[in-house]
Amino acid sequence: MLRGIDLEVAAGEVVCLIGPSGSGKSTLLRCVNHLEKVEAGTVRVGGDLIGYRRHGDALHELRPGHVARQRAGIGMVFQNFNLFPHFTVLQNIVEAPVAVRRLSRADAAERARRLVARVGLAGREDAYPRQLSGGQQQRIAIARALAMEPAVMLFDEPTSALDPELVGEVLGVMRDLAESGMTMVVVTHEMGFAREAADRVVFLDEGRVVESGPPAEVLTAPRHERTRAFLDRVL
Amino acid sequence: MSETAPPDSAPSAADPPNTAPPEPTSAEGVPRDAAVGDAAASGRTESESPLRIVPTRRTGQWVSAAVVLFLIVFAAQSLATNKAIQWDVVASYFTSRSIVRGLYMTLWLTGLTFALGFLLGTVLALCRMSSNFVLRTAALGYIWLFRSTPLLVQLLVWFNIGALYPKLGLGIPWGPTFVQTDVKDLIGATTAAIIGLTVHEAALAAEIVRGGILGVDPGQTQAAQALGLGRFRTLRRIVLPQAMRTILPNAGNQIISLLKSTTLVSVIGVGDVLYSAELIYGRNFLIIPLLLVATLWYVVVASVLSAGQYLLERHYGRGAGSGPRRRNPHERRNLDPRPAQVLRLGARAARHRPGGGGR
Repeated sequence: MLRGIDLEVAAGEVVCLIGPSGSGKSTLLRCVNHLEKVEAGTVRVGGDLIGYRRHGDALHELRPGHVARQRAGIGMVFQNFNLFPHFTVLQNIVEAPVAVRRLSRADAAERARRLVARVGLAGREDAYPRQLSGGQQQRIAIARALAMEPAVMLFDEPTSALDPELVGEVLGVMRDLAESGMTMVVVTHEMGFAREAADRVVFLDEGRVVESGPPAEVLTAPRHERTRAFLDRVL
Repeated sequence: MSETAPPDSAPSAADPPNTAPPEPTSAEGVPRDAAVGDAAASGRTESESPLRIVPTRRTGQWVSAAVVLFLIVFAAQSLATNKAIQWDVVASYFTSRSIVRGLYMTLWLTGLTFALGFLLGTVLALCRMSSNFVLRTAALGYIWLFRSTPLLVQLLVWFNIGALYPKLGLGIPWGPTFVQTDVKDLIGATTAAIIGLTVHEAALAAEIVRGGILGVDPGQTQAAQALGLGRFRTLRRIVLPQAMRTILPNAGNQIISLLKSTTLVSVIGVGDVLYSAELIYGRNFLIIPLLLVATLWYVVVASVLSAGQYLLERHYGRGAGSGPRRRNPHERRNLDPRPAQVLRLGARAARHRPGGGGR
């Protein structure tokens, strides 16, 4: 799937991964929190090797509990939201902080309410996911990830499953998040968002980084033929 | 359209059939309140008065309903007046001491083996889906073996297990034995019944639970993993509650089927309802009345179980179904309305019918 990716994201940086479908954007993202196992090479977040421990020149797989602890510090937002349908909005957000961070339910709920307000949905705490629009669900999914106070946020095509008129509200929340200094890796087809909010745009094709640089460069004056061909098709 | 219409719709055909469509088409894409006014207005422009909808006459339905009703009344009347049933005997034995004691045995045997069976079944289902080849194959073998042997045979084998393993001891395999007892004393009829029913039930429950778990979107597990939830917590809080929605209807079937399967234990002499009834009619030869007593108890218990299943399904249906924009609040969760609500909805529908379609 991926072949020789060498990518570094600085703290506070917002990186957008773009590229045709099948180019490995999502796979790369899922390797960062070990939802996908890397077969060769290493992934580091904040200096920690993800999913493995190094012993001499061998990588030892970590136990599931250890991997879970590493994942807790990495927020992820999915294309299909993946909210827990049998939980209310508040329960969705509270679950992980209580289970993993050992917060009291009251404290976690307090924090969850603030996050719900932050994504602009104050008052909907007791709604079930199905009672919300796609855009609202995705904003709650972002709040749920933020409740773990992650060091990095990964977004896997967060607006691809949304009706066009709902895309804006989700991108708005993401833009605010980017401005607040969150480190973000975003797989997206929204070139407008990439241009405005990203510090760097990375174009992938066939499992390789073809081109990487500030959005103004990559999106307006791409150096590579393949990047140009892709942008011609999507813009 | 007008050619295929039955002759009894002829009176309404006086209105030209093509004037009906404008209503729905003009309503599309317009807010509901506006749409009502709009449709009414367009209806008026097409013809003098709003168009009336006349339902087709359903003669076949009336005839079939009459036939079925006749059959039911006939059967009920013949049962009620048949002297051989001896309803007074049925009534006198219905709550007699030995029948109630048998009922008690039936109930806790059903409850216990259902609980143990589903517990063991859940473990088997998890083994069956494990990445461990040995666990997976062992679970598959268990399910295959106990699903393909008749329950009656299993009960008989467990009852006679002493012939296969006369002694049971506690010790080190291939080493010394510390305590030893006769299996004959350890496994009586009731224990054999519990083991047989549990072991059989677990094999069936395993497949039900597995089906339920497979029906949960894998994205749910991924989301839980991404949040750092452990495997057990993910299973208990995220996957199983959602799997319950598909497990429950099957489990409901299963417990009712199990309730009736417990009658098999009367063969090895466990004193359930049927066995108690058999004992009594063995003495007084009132066979039909006593079989009816037992049957009625099974119907009563099965009905209570169905009601319980219904309430549980409502509980686990939380958050399922579609959004809040539906008018009928019960559609939101894809649940059957409660009986009282059925009556209320029916009454409302009846009130609206003379109006000829308000919307």
